[in-house]
Amino acid sequence: MKHNSTLRFAFTATLPVMAGYIVLGIGFGVLLQDKGYAWWWATLMSLTIYAGSMQYVAVDLLAGGASLIATALMTVMVNLRHLFYGITMLTKYNKAGKKKPYLIFALTDETYSLVCAPQLPDGIDEHRYYFYASLLNQCYWVIGSTIGAAAGSALSFNSTGIDFSMTALFVVIFVEQWEKSRRHLPALSGIVISIACRLLFGVDSFLIPAMAGITAAMFLEKRWLKPEDEAKTTDEMKMTDKAKTTDEAKMTDEAKKADKVKTTDEVKTMNKGGSGS
Amino acid sequence: MIDAGYSLAQIAVIAGVTALIRFLPFLVFHKGTPKAVLYLGEVLPYAIIGMLVVYCLKNVSFISGTHGIPEGLSVLLVVLLHRWRHNTLLSIAGGTVCYMVLVQAVF
Repeated sequence: MKHNSTLRFAFTATLPVMAGYIVLGIGFGVLLQDKGYAWWWATLMSLTIYAGSMQYVAVDLLAGGASLIATALMTVMVNLRHLFYGITMLTKYNKAGKKKPYLIFALTDETYSLVCAPQLPDGIDEHRYYFYASLLNQCYWVIGSTIGAAAGSALSFNSTGIDFSMTALFVVIFVEQWEKSRRHLPALSGIVISIACRLLFGVDSFLIPAMAGITAAMFLEKRWLKPEDEAKTTDEMKMTDKAKTTDEAKMTDEAKKADKVKTTDEVKTMNKGGSGS
Repeated sequence: MIDAGYSLAQIAVIAGVTALIRFLPFLVFHKGTPKAVLYLGEVLPYAIIGMLVVYCLKNVSFISGTHGIPEGLSVLLVVLLHRWRHNTLLSIAGGTVCYMVLVQAVF
């Protein structure tokens, strides 16, 4: 019963990704078969690589016979943002037991967006939810890319713009996180720094400077807090690190909430007194 | 025409490097995680989702083409729909249909 309800919950949560992955997967499959590759190449790549945007880049690398070093460097450039996902999921995934390796392997942009801050109702097993969400997403991706590669150019549905579903998914998650947190500085930094880097460095090379900038901003924002708050935060983290009882967890949550309220007030005061940017 | 062996080697490199990047934080911080990294793990989700939104819209140009109007309107619709009903599927479907109509029929 518990298995079923968790699976059902994960399935509902992944529906938006299903729409996006099947369509984007088909797009990838069509491109790859167009270069002369049999359908199973797409299936193989979606099973082993499982990284959406990188597989689109890989079509050109394969067709152009790029050197292995160039291939490796390109992969680092395109996928380096995944480092962040691992850092965020360290605590949660380290407790996932046997499921951990697959959870880490399958940590794509979209899966990350579903597991980084899920609102799980009672009776839903946390790690089982992560696992089902990851596995379902990869199934959609594999199915989509195989369909695209097998059916190829026979598909004639005008799907221009349907890839916006991914953007919409991230916007929805952004709104939910915004409403859940009383401290909006990290979210705003993410947007502002990324746009600034996009304008400064261009489409193809803005991600890495943006990641560096965001990391720096996160630490600067931490400095901004008063020393007493910082001490509190450190204590909380020590507690999070250790195995803790439910009561302790509740207390930490309450302490965190109180802390966040305080922080927001402080930030507001600072904004009023500061440059008003 | 396709050199299957070489293509397989390329796929292996891409798969290997991708997996390495994903596993790296877990391998490096295997024995205890520094406080600074735990702190990052706590605040980064908020910043990264913002970065992903920008990443999705990276090809939008405000000075040429459609000036980002279809994207801007559709994102606005997603935000309004979501603040109104808090129904993920409705917000995403509404925004996507709006965008498809705008880029296929209007612009």
